[in-house]
Amino acid sequence: MIEPQLCDLSAPGRQGVRFPQPDVPLTDLPTDLLRQELPMPELSEMDVVRHFTRLSQLNYSIDTGFYPLGSCTMKYNPKVNEETARLPGFAWAHPMQPIETVQGSLVLMYQMQEWLKEIGGFAGVTLQPAAGAHGELTGVLIIRAYHKERGDEKRDKILIPDSAHGTNPATSAMSGMRVVELKSDARGNVDLQALRAECDNTLAGLMLTNPNTLGLFDENVTEVVRLVHEAGGLVYGDGANMNALLGVIRPGDLGIDVLHYNLHKTFSTPHGGGGPGSGPVGVCARLVDFLPGPLVDVIEEGDEEVPPLYGFIDPPKSIGRVKAFHGHFGMFVRAYTYMLMNGADGLRKIAEYAVLNANYLLARLRNTYHVPYDRICMHEFVMEGRWDDAPGVQALDISKRLMDYKFHPPTNYFPLIVHEALMIEPTETENKETLDAFADVLIKIAEEAHNEPQLLKDAPHITPVGRVDEVKAAKDLLLCCAVSATDK
Amino acid sequence: MFIPHTDADREAMLRTIGVNKLEDLFQAVPAGLRFPKLDLPPAMTEMEAMGELQGLAMANETSRDLACFLGAGVYNHFVPAAVDSIIRRGEFMTAYTPYQPELSQGTLQAIFEYQSLVAALTGMEVCNASHYDGATAVAEAVNMAYANFRGKRNKIVLSPALHPQYRQVVRTYSPGSNILFAGDEAENDLQLGPQSLIPLIDQNTALVVVQYPDFFGRVYDLTELARVTHENGALLCVSVNPIALGLFTPPGYMGADIITGEGQPLGIPLSYGGPYLGLFATRKEYVRKMAGRLAGESIDNRGQRAYVLTLTAREQHIRRERATSNICTNQGLMALASAVYMSLLGEHGLRQLAQLNYHKAHYAAKQIASLPGYALWSKDPFFNEFVIVCPEPVSEINDHLLDHNILGGYDLGQDYPEMATHMLIAVTEMNTRDEIDALVDVLSEVSHD
Amino acid sequence: MNVPSNLKYTESNEWIKVDGNTGSIGITDFAQDQLSDIVFAEIIVAEGDEVKKGDTIATVESVKAAADIYSPASGKVLSISETLGSTPEVINSDPYGAAWMIKIELSDPAEVNGLMDAGAYETFCASQH
Repeated sequence: MIEPQLCDLSAPGRQGVRFPQPDVPLTDLPTDLLRQELPMPELSEMDVVRHFTRLSQLNYSIDTGFYPLGSCTMKYNPKVNEETARLPGFAWAHPMQPIETVQGSLVLMYQMQEWLKEIGGFAGVTLQPAAGAHGELTGVLIIRAYHKERGDEKRDKILIPDSAHGTNPATSAMSGMRVVELKSDARGNVDLQALRAECDNTLAGLMLTNPNTLGLFDENVTEVVRLVHEAGGLVYGDGANMNALLGVIRPGDLGIDVLHYNLHKTFSTPHGGGGPGSGPVGVCARLVDFLPGPLVDVIEEGDEEVPPLYGFIDPPKSIGRVKAFHGHFGMFVRAYTYMLMNGADGLRKIAEYAVLNANYLLARLRNTYHVPYDRICMHEFVMEGRWDDAPGVQALDISKRLMDYKFHPPTNYFPLIVHEALMIEPTETENKETLDAFADVLIKIAEEAHNEPQLLKDAPHITPVGRVDEVKAAKDLLLCCAVSATDK
Repeated sequence: MFIPHTDADREAMLRTIGVNKLEDLFQAVPAGLRFPKLDLPPAMTEMEAMGELQGLAMANETSRDLACFLGAGVYNHFVPAAVDSIIRRGEFMTAYTPYQPELSQGTLQAIFEYQSLVAALTGMEVCNASHYDGATAVAEAVNMAYANFRGKRNKIVLSPALHPQYRQVVRTYSPGSNILFAGDEAENDLQLGPQSLIPLIDQNTALVVVQYPDFFGRVYDLTELARVTHENGALLCVSVNPIALGLFTPPGYMGADIITGEGQPLGIPLSYGGPYLGLFATRKEYVRKMAGRLAGESIDNRGQRAYVLTLTAREQHIRRERATSNICTNQGLMALASAVYMSLLGEHGLRQLAQLNYHKAHYAAKQIASLPGYALWSKDPFFNEFVIVCPEPVSEINDHLLDHNILGGYDLGQDYPEMATHMLIAVTEMNTRDEIDALVDVLSEVSHD
Repeated sequence: MNVPSNLKYTESNEWIKVDGNTGSIGITDFAQDQLSDIVFAEIIVAEGDEVKKGDTIATVESVKAAADIYSPASGKVLSISETLGSTPEVINSDPYGAAWMIKIELSDPAEVNGLMDAGAYETFCASQH
């Protein structure tokens, strides 16, 4: 046992934070609804601080090491973002305040909408969705509403490449659409023949990740978009891989009709151990009216003396709200700070160096690991974590052994179309020394896999815990513990 | 700014790759669309960006500048310094989702403790690692109930006293199904409590959803409602304000099957709309139907207690179109913030806090109700929010209050057509007696106009 | 890999054993191997239910996958396993014996003729990877 649980640290009568005595006359409490037991912890402030600080020390993080996680874009999270998000004028504004009192926040949101429109080549943007998957739901609901509004009720089919992230089919099912999987061809592109076969009058749309989860820019993307549009469908772009496209190409220019951004990937907001994220959605002109409301807009023009008044508008054919209030404003501040510090040129540099870093690692590793789709990649690439002549060694083992060398493993077992997949995305914020060290270690592990495979099988050795029994976790289903000393 | 490469680095790397320049890496991108000129301003330094953002922030007036009596789902509560201090630690903030348990025991144990704290607070058996907010948590509860009955029951009973924005989100989330909503039509008498929903519950009902305290601040015993719901074979979902559970019986003890809620009051700043925290807890028998991540306790291969994400087979990355939900990223750091907050306050702090809110709100309500022209809308028990019927439209009164540096309550006319003179006032531990008295004074001015 | 010769098989890896007019149904050795350690199994039909070929009759979960189990034939459910819910791991250890899931009274015995025999199923499994 490494760190005690809260109930172990609790002692009856202890209290951390205290509040003042009431400065108003008391009112009788309603006896029949009064809570009797409140089995919560009893800890001093230092107990709490030490406990959580010690917990933090068990974690790997970007601040301590490299995360080559494909599809996650684990770039450096600038500290200045944390300062700007905490400016009191931003942190303490209530979302329902009169608009006159929060013009600063509204200007920021409006500018963010404009930046995201410009970066992606879109006519409209909503900042409301809370995460990428939430943005996907928003986008698919918009596609659905578009067809319904035109009386095209038959269109319920969403095509999804077999390399897609699991959120894509999950989202489509949640939206009441029918999922049909499209296979990829031998070069990792969407198979055009398979696509043509599905282009009929039941086609609502295609969900495309480009570059795809193999890290490859689809060589036929223009034709893919053309075929879908010709059949009357719309193209949804999964923007998880925007880090390769900033300033390089605008998805809207390619004909993508709707796309979600991941602020916690491309725009440097921190991952937080599993969120919060933010998933703004950009749309083409014919979909603007369907965006979830409210959107920020100028509601009174200004002049030389008076600045414009910003407020909210509701799109006329809106699909409705996808969450309460306006979206993750705290993440907008962080992303906006990042955008300001990059500017147009900086954004292109991000993509260029993200792609440079990925290709550099690919060049260093391709002779040691099998890369099934071996061509110039974008910001990530996929290799196999196995060798025919190293039987029994899997991607999982390579990943666990990397931990002994103080690296976080790459993404495992995704995309599903590569055996024992290891997806590597270095991002642009890693320097050459780190990349070389990482490549050297992977080459060493490949040697170990052939000569001393037990080192991999028993890995990790130096982490605070070893491999965890997941079967036991699923069988025992211990999902809670007592939190008070008296409840233990 | 954050790109570390020198020219020498770049050239060496290009050579290794086997190309001449950076542009050569983008040949797959259609030539005519490559490298567009973005109409965006040039880069700023950190210093300049800081100045720009400060200018925008200072253009706002917030709960730090004004006496805040605005609630309606998110509240101005005190956040102890230790909360932010912990969540700002890079090891928590810049950590990835804990898919590799050997490298994420900090995050995993923190989530496990968060789950345990929320379960204890709500009186439920299991709790997930969070949803986006209180609204989407209810939408997921609707999906869960619908899936539970395999589509054989398609009626969802919604209380009209469930947050209006939550009810909007629930409707946005269910376009594809044959779900019928009942209970929150405009004609209903809002003065009635949740008993008014009882006649609507039948064998076709999958889920009944109420709020506790409700949108108007009122608190009711839900035992009878739970009994009728279960008699009809349906499930009961209660959306809660967690601070109220420091004083009032949690719905978990009244028979709720699912508890959702907005966790923002637990140590998360108002931040003009988010990020917030969607609470979601249920009974152990429904755990597999519940969406979202779950941290479970196990042991490692050295015999130590260790935590790991479990029941992941329900989630999108494995189950894909058959997943319980599409949720991937949730509100991890906010869940951590609330766990730290709940630990800092503990049993005694939560009780103290809830009582402080209760007494201040009741004092304010009494003072205002005694003003000529003003009246309390409901006589039912409430927590820290209540509805006042005013002599003038709320929008005009709020303008007047703002002139006196007071942020008035929520204008209910925005959501309930007949309530344009009804103001929803929230009072928390952050409102001093002086502030409350000042509010009463300014309101009394209005009644004399 | 075990593929008993007296059973019939589906492409979704279920087996059916026909005894007169009764069919016993479960999942194959190949399926349990693919899933690895099974931690949960739930039969979602009850005695007396009518099932059609292809209807979902159970769900099975391991740490890395979750699968729906489909009925290989149509009929009326005669009995369901009492023990599978509490000891799902028996699917790994005895997929063709103690891990039977449901027994049905076949409404159309000829339906079973369209399923794969042991040899065809073995070939099918070999082509799966």
